[in-house]
Amino acid sequence: MFRLERAPAPLWQRALVPVLAVLVTFILVSLVILGTGVDPLAVFREVLFEPLTSRSDRLEVLVQATPLLLTGVAVAVAFRGGYYNIGAEGQLYTGALAAALVGPRLGGVPAALSVAVMLAAGFFGGALWALTPALLKIRLKVDEVVTTLLLNSVMLFLISALLNGPWRDPVSGWPRSPAIAASAQFPGIIPRSRVHLGLLVALLAVALLGWVLRRTRFGLELRAVGLGADAARFMGVRVRRVVLISALVSGGVAGLAGVGEVAGVHTYLIGELSPGYGYTGIIVATFGGLSAPGILISGLFLALIDTGTLSASRTLGVPVYLGDVLEATLLLVTLAFLLLNRYRLRWAVKRPVG
Amino acid sequence: MELLIALLGGTLRISTPILLAALGETIIERAGILNLGIEGTLLLSAFSGFVVAQLSGSLWLGLGAAVLTGVLLGLLMGFLSVTLKLNQHVAGLGITLLASGLALYAFRLLYGGSSTPPALEGSFTQFQPLHGTPLGPLFRQYGLTYLALLLVPLTGWLLTRTAFGLRLRAVGENPEAADIAGVNVAAVRYRALALGGALMGLAGAFLSLAQLGAFAHGMVSGRGWVAIALVIFGHWQPSKVLGGALLFGFLQALQLRLQAEGVNLPYEALLALPYLVTILILALTGRNTAYPKALLKPYYREGA
Repeated sequence: MFRLERAPAPLWQRALVPVLAVLVTFILVSLVILGTGVDPLAVFREVLFEPLTSRSDRLEVLVQATPLLLTGVAVAVAFRGGYYNIGAEGQLYTGALAAALVGPRLGGVPAALSVAVMLAAGFFGGALWALTPALLKIRLKVDEVVTTLLLNSVMLFLISALLNGPWRDPVSGWPRSPAIAASAQFPGIIPRSRVHLGLLVALLAVALLGWVLRRTRFGLELRAVGLGADAARFMGVRVRRVVLISALVSGGVAGLAGVGEVAGVHTYLIGELSPGYGYTGIIVATFGGLSAPGILISGLFLALIDTGTLSASRTLGVPVYLGDVLEATLLLVTLAFLLLNRYRLRWAVKRPVG
Repeated sequence: MELLIALLGGTLRISTPILLAALGETIIERAGILNLGIEGTLLLSAFSGFVVAQLSGSLWLGLGAAVLTGVLLGLLMGFLSVTLKLNQHVAGLGITLLASGLALYAFRLLYGGSSTPPALEGSFTQFQPLHGTPLGPLFRQYGLTYLALLLVPLTGWLLTRTAFGLRLRAVGENPEAADIAGVNVAAVRYRALALGGALMGLAGAFLSLAQLGAFAHGMVSGRGWVAIALVIFGHWQPSKVLGGALLFGFLQALQLRLQAEGVNLPYEALLALPYLVTILILALTGRNTAYPKALLKPYYREGA
């Protein structure tokens, strides 16, 4: 007989959670697809395998994964310390805004320096937008969820005001920022594809997250705070400082995602820069178990879903919003399955009595 | 004077969906649950109301469908946050993402990718009690607007004067004590979520069945988040929430009027104002913010 015991789950069981979550997600979403009158298996084949069969689609997955890996890392840094930053979307746009402000002024500056300035500006911008909620949290215990969430809308209004005001192209009337200088554009890193330098930045961010969490004192302190601020304080951790740093780094990394989209994809800022990468980052981080290797896999997986639903919408006529439904269901199902980690599944042999 | 009355009439109309949603969120938060599913609930109920009204030809069936959608999403939030005791932030946000995704998915499926939103043949009409008098434009409102205003004292009465309201607040402030007093904490929270969800459903119905008479992708555009802000702004009290909703509606009505008059003004500044004011209030009241004390805390029975 299997028995559930209340104890931390062993590693093999933890590895089972994402597998089960994906299975249940696909079963649940099958019901939605059946209502569409399309064969769910055909849809899933198109979503999960079709993009892997062609070179251009495989590389497109990497383009999609770039902002998702960055927002995933951003969310994980904060969530690990028990700081629920829901503001990655706004911080992403702040980073993009910084890049759009700095970018056009970098004409004639060497490319390497330009790119470094762009990244620094974006990181700084995102961190700046994350500063107020973090200070309110550590100074006044104001719940960060509401403040970070509301600031998303404020940043979108600010960018909308710029796009429809000073930035509106006087000739074409297009609401977009002036193009960034050629030297500030992220170079492609794979020939004949849209994959850009941002992917390397994203991979580096994932690697750094893993290193910091596992190998540094700060990572240890961050995890301690996440497990319980009071206990961490008792152990001598300067909780406020840890929360502040993780909140700012979280905002900064989200800002980098915005820089990548401006400098690597569009070369200017538009209102539709992000279809919600900041929110999807929460799914990436949660499904990835807030760990670096997990985020790498889950970021690529969600990018695959995004790319695959696009191709499924072309070939099978399934609405492209299937991707949103899949990802949101995956988030909720993963959350539920994570509960299993509090239990340990054991094979209990019945002993004869007496 | 005429201008002011027209402006106030617009204020009431614009305030309605936000007021309904904020009252729903107030009820839920007073029971100790932060429901970030609100934004998606508004969109999905606006959509389901629209679809049912169009297919059945009955606005009232549409209204019922919208309310039912709100209730069901509220119960889903209950399952996640009360039964499974998941993190309320992430669960609520997940519901918003899921409900929005479902609405847009089904909309695309039923109506294709047409850029012009399909409209209802007839939407709810406005009452015109004082038609012809100077106050006419002020009272020319949808029935749902009158209902929303009526729901302000009703919600206040429910929360403070009824046995259910007493239990609801007890569960939101001190679930341990409520449990000891024999209150079924989970059942009360589920009911609060269903009731609040119903109000959010009304808000969604107002958008698609009254105000717009159609469904469009961006029709909610952050109204749920404004409602979240208003609940804090209104200190979790229906009458103060009404004040905030009217203030917000007035700013928007003013902005629309100024835009129509061709006044060049970054109207986004007015739209961002309620968010900034809410954050300012949180900063000023700080530790003394009158949060329901058990907000965000799942209830674990001792020893369970």
